[in-house]
Amino acid sequence: MYKMKFDVAVVGGGPAGLAAAIAAKKEGAEKVLIIERDNALGGILQQCIHPGFGLTRFNEELSGPEYYSRFIDEAKALGVETLLNAMVLEVNAEAKEVYCVNSEYGMVLVQAKSVVLAMGCRERTRANIVVPGTRPAGLYTAGSAQRLVNRQNVMVGKKVVILGSGDIGMIMARRMTLEGAKVVMVVELMDYLAGLTRNRVQCLDDFGIPLKLAHTITRIVGNERVEGVYIAPVDGNKKPITDKEEFVECDTVLFSVGLIPENELTKNAGIEMNRITNGPSVNQYMETSKAGVFACGNVVHVNDLVDNVSSESEQAGRFAAKYAKGELSTAEKTVVCQTGRNVRYVCPHKIAATGESEKVALYFRVLSPEENVKLVVKSGDEVIATKKELRVNPGEMCCVKVDVAKVDDTLTVEVVKE
Amino acid sequence: MLKTDVVVIGAGAVGCAIARELSKYDIRVTVVDKNEDVGGDASKSNSAIIHTGYDATPDSLESQLVVAANPMYDEIVKDLDVPFKRIGAILPAFTQEQFDKLPEIKAKAFKNRVYDVEYKSGAELLEIEPNLNPEVKGGLYIPRESIIDPFILVQALAENANANGVEFLLNAKVTDIKTENSKIKSVVTTKGEIETTYVINSAGLYCDEIAEMVGKAEYKVVARKGQFYILDKKTNCQVNYIVLPIPTKITKGKLMCPTIHGNMLVGPTAEDQESKVDKSTSAEGLASIEKDVRNLIPNVNLRDTITQYSGLRPNRNPEGLHVDTYEDLQGYINLSGVRSTGLTLSVAMGKYVAQVMLNIGAKMVLKDNFIKTRKGIVKFSEQSREEQDKLIQENPLYGNVICRCETITEAEILQAIHRPLGAKSVDGVKRRVRAGMGRCQAGFCGPKVLEILARELGVAPTQINKHNDGSYMVTGKTRE
Repeated sequence: MYKMKFDVAVVGGGPAGLAAAIAAKKEGAEKVLIIERDNALGGILQQCIHPGFGLTRFNEELSGPEYYSRFIDEAKALGVETLLNAMVLEVNAEAKEVYCVNSEYGMVLVQAKSVVLAMGCRERTRANIVVPGTRPAGLYTAGSAQRLVNRQNVMVGKKVVILGSGDIGMIMARRMTLEGAKVVMVVELMDYLAGLTRNRVQCLDDFGIPLKLAHTITRIVGNERVEGVYIAPVDGNKKPITDKEEFVECDTVLFSVGLIPENELTKNAGIEMNRITNGPSVNQYMETSKAGVFACGNVVHVNDLVDNVSSESEQAGRFAAKYAKGELSTAEKTVVCQTGRNVRYVCPHKIAATGESEKVALYFRVLSPEENVKLVVKSGDEVIATKKELRVNPGEMCCVKVDVAKVDDTLTVEVVKE
Repeated sequence: MLKTDVVVIGAGAVGCAIARELSKYDIRVTVVDKNEDVGGDASKSNSAIIHTGYDATPDSLESQLVVAANPMYDEIVKDLDVPFKRIGAILPAFTQEQFDKLPEIKAKAFKNRVYDVEYKSGAELLEIEPNLNPEVKGGLYIPRESIIDPFILVQALAENANANGVEFLLNAKVTDIKTENSKIKSVVTTKGEIETTYVINSAGLYCDEIAEMVGKAEYKVVARKGQFYILDKKTNCQVNYIVLPIPTKITKGKLMCPTIHGNMLVGPTAEDQESKVDKSTSAEGLASIEKDVRNLIPNVNLRDTITQYSGLRPNRNPEGLHVDTYEDLQGYINLSGVRSTGLTLSVAMGKYVAQVMLNIGAKMVLKDNFIKTRKGIVKFSEQSREEQDKLIQENPLYGNVICRCETITEAEILQAIHRPLGAKSVDGVKRRVRAGMGRCQAGFCGPKVLEILARELGVAPTQINKHNDGSYMVTGKTRE
C-alpha cells in the first residue's frame, strides 16, 4: 500500500475541489492534494463547452473549460498537488484517511489533517422517476449524452424528445439542434420551468423548440431502439390524464430530471445527512458533522451556477486549512437554520456561533415561483437581514447575507409576499 | 454445411444446462440462439430464485425436476463459480384465512418431498424479519429457497460447455427444420444450415414456433408477464429472507427478497399476453406491486428504485411441463411449459434430457477429459484492500474504476469482452460484470463502456449495440 501525507486532502477535482484546494493553500496549508478519478481536472465542466460560466465571479461569459482553466492555473502556481486517475473507495472521517486506487500506485492511503469532500452530483434517471415502457437503446440522461457528444464526439440520436426542463436538458436541446438533430419537444412535469430562464430563452425559444409544461412521458416504445414516446398532460396532482395521451415519434429520449448529490462516501463515513438536500449537513464553514471533514459544491446541495460553487468551496478550503493548522475554534453553540414560508432548504444547514461578527451567505431555494417578494432572515422575532426580489423560482438559488453575531438562539429564512 | 450431432435451440438456462451435460459425452453439440448473447429471454428477467419445489404439483415432472435440482446447486455453484446463497424463504400469514391455509401448504410441500419446511410463530418471524407486517400470525419457513445471479449461471453453464467443445452460434434465428424419412436432417438458421441427427427444442417463449416447423405444435405458448422493481442497496427498509405471500386461487402473488448482490427485488405481476416481445412495464402493473407488497412489508420504500423491468414466462396452453419424443420423428426432443421454475430446474433438465437421449438410442459415451470447473471474473469490489492492491500490481487496469456505483474496473470489463463467449454489447458487459447495474444506471460508465467495447472489438461506436441488432447506441460522429 502506497502512503501519502498531506495537510488537506480534497476528494474531487471539479470546480468545487479546485476552489477549495486553492483557498486552503492561500490560507496557509502547506501540503494540499486533490484526488481526482478522471484523467484531468475540471470535473463535469470538461463537457460544458457552452458559454455562461463566470458572469458573477469574473464578470465575463466563459465556457466551462475556460472557467476551470483559470482555477487550474492558479492551483498549479500555488503548488497544489494532484493525484489523477484515482478513485476514492473510502473516507475514514475520524482518522482523516482516504483510500483510493490508481493504476500506477495501486492502493493508495492518503493521511491528512483535514478532508474536503467535493464529489459533485449525479443525474436522476428514467428509472428513479419510474417512466413505464420498454428498455431500448436511445435512453440517456442529458449529462451522459452531453459527454458523448462533447467529449467523445458521437451523436446519440437524430430525433429527440427531452423530459425535464433542467439546465442540462435545455443546453442539450440546443447542442443537439446545432449538431443537426431534430429536437421535437421538451416535456416538463411541473407547470413552471425547472432550470434558468436565460437557458429557456437561449436554448429553446431561439431555436423554436416547443416546451410542454405540465406534461410527462407516460410510456416509452421500442424494443431495440426507441421508436417513440407517449406524452400526456398532468392534473393538479401530477398524475397523467391518460385519455389525452398522444404518440410522439423519436429515436432518442434525454432525461433532465434532476441531480442528486453523490454521497456514497459521505454516508459510509457516518456523516450526518440532510433529508432535503441529500447532502451532508454543514455549518457556515462547510464543516460536516465530523470535525475536520468539510464538504462543498454539488455534493452538499445542487447549485445552478458554478460561481456559487466556487465561492462556497473557497469557504470550505479556507476552514479546512484552519482546522489542519489547529486554528478552528470550537463553537459555543450551534443554531439550526430553519425554513419558513416558501423555503425548501437553507444551506448552510446550521450556524456555529462563536460570538464574533462574520458575514455568512445563506443560500436557499424556494418551493414555488412567486413575484415581488422580500427574503427575510429572522432570529427569534428580530429581522436580521432582508432582500427584495422581483421574482423567485425553484430553479434559481436565492442568497441573503447575514452577520452571525446577530444570530441568537434561532434562525429562520422565509419569503414574504410584498 | 456445418455438421453436428445435436442442435440445441435456445441458449437460455435450460439450453445451456443441456449443452453442458451433453458435453460430458463424446458427441458434437451446437447451441443456436436468435439473440446476440447467451442468457435467453426468460432466463435474464426473472426473480433470480432457486426454488425447492415445495409448492409444485406433486408427482408432476416439474415437481420432480425442481426437487432434484435444488440440492444440485451446492456443487454446481462451486464448480462454476456462480454467486449463490441459501437464504431461505418465509411465508407469513396475516389473516386468519391465510393462517388456516398453512397446514395445506405444508402438507403439499411434504408431498413434494420438501421435508424441511417448518412452522414458525409470528414472534419468531418478526425476530428474523423485523420489517415484516407486525400483524403476522405465523407462517412457514422454507430453508433451501435460495438466490442466485441468473446471468452468471447461464454464462457459466455456456462457458463451461464451450470449454468442453460445445459450439455456440449466436445471432442465428432458426427458420426451418428439415426432416427426411421421419428423421431429423438439418436445422436452417439465418447464419446457415446445420446438418444434425438430433434437435432439442429448448426455445422457451418460441418453443411452439419451433415445434410447428416439424408439425408437432400440440400446444401454444402463453407469455405471462412479470414486472419487477429493483431497489437501491442502501434502501432503509430491507428484508433478509425471500418473503412470499400466501398464494390465492388466482395468483402466487408478489414477493420481496434481497438479490445476490444486495439490492432488494420486489414483484412480480402475472399478466397473460399475446405478444412474445412486449416486455414493457406499465403504470398499473407497477402500482399493483406497491399495493400488494405493502401487505407483507408495510415500510418498503419503492422511491428507492434504481430500475424496473419485466420478463415473460413461457407458460403453455394446455398447461404443464413436457419433454416429448416422437415415434414418427426420430431425433427430435421437444421441451415445453418451462415456466417460472425453469431457471431452477435447468440443471436437472440437463441430466434428464441426456438420459432421454440415451433412452432413444443416442450413441454417447462419457469422455474422460471433461473439464468440470469454470472460473469467473475476479470481482475487485469484493476483495480486501490488500488483495485489491495485489490485483492492481498484477494488472494495472484493476486500478481504473469504470463503474463507480458498483466499483467495476476496466480489467473486469476487458475480461468480460475477451473471454470465450464474451460480451459484444453494452448489456452483455452489464450482465457479466455489473457495470451499469448500480444506482446511476450507466449514467457515468455508459459512455466509457461504449468506448471500451468499440476499442476492444475494433469497430466504430456506431457498431456497438445495447443488446440485439438494431439497438444501436449512437448514430454517428458529430459534425457529420
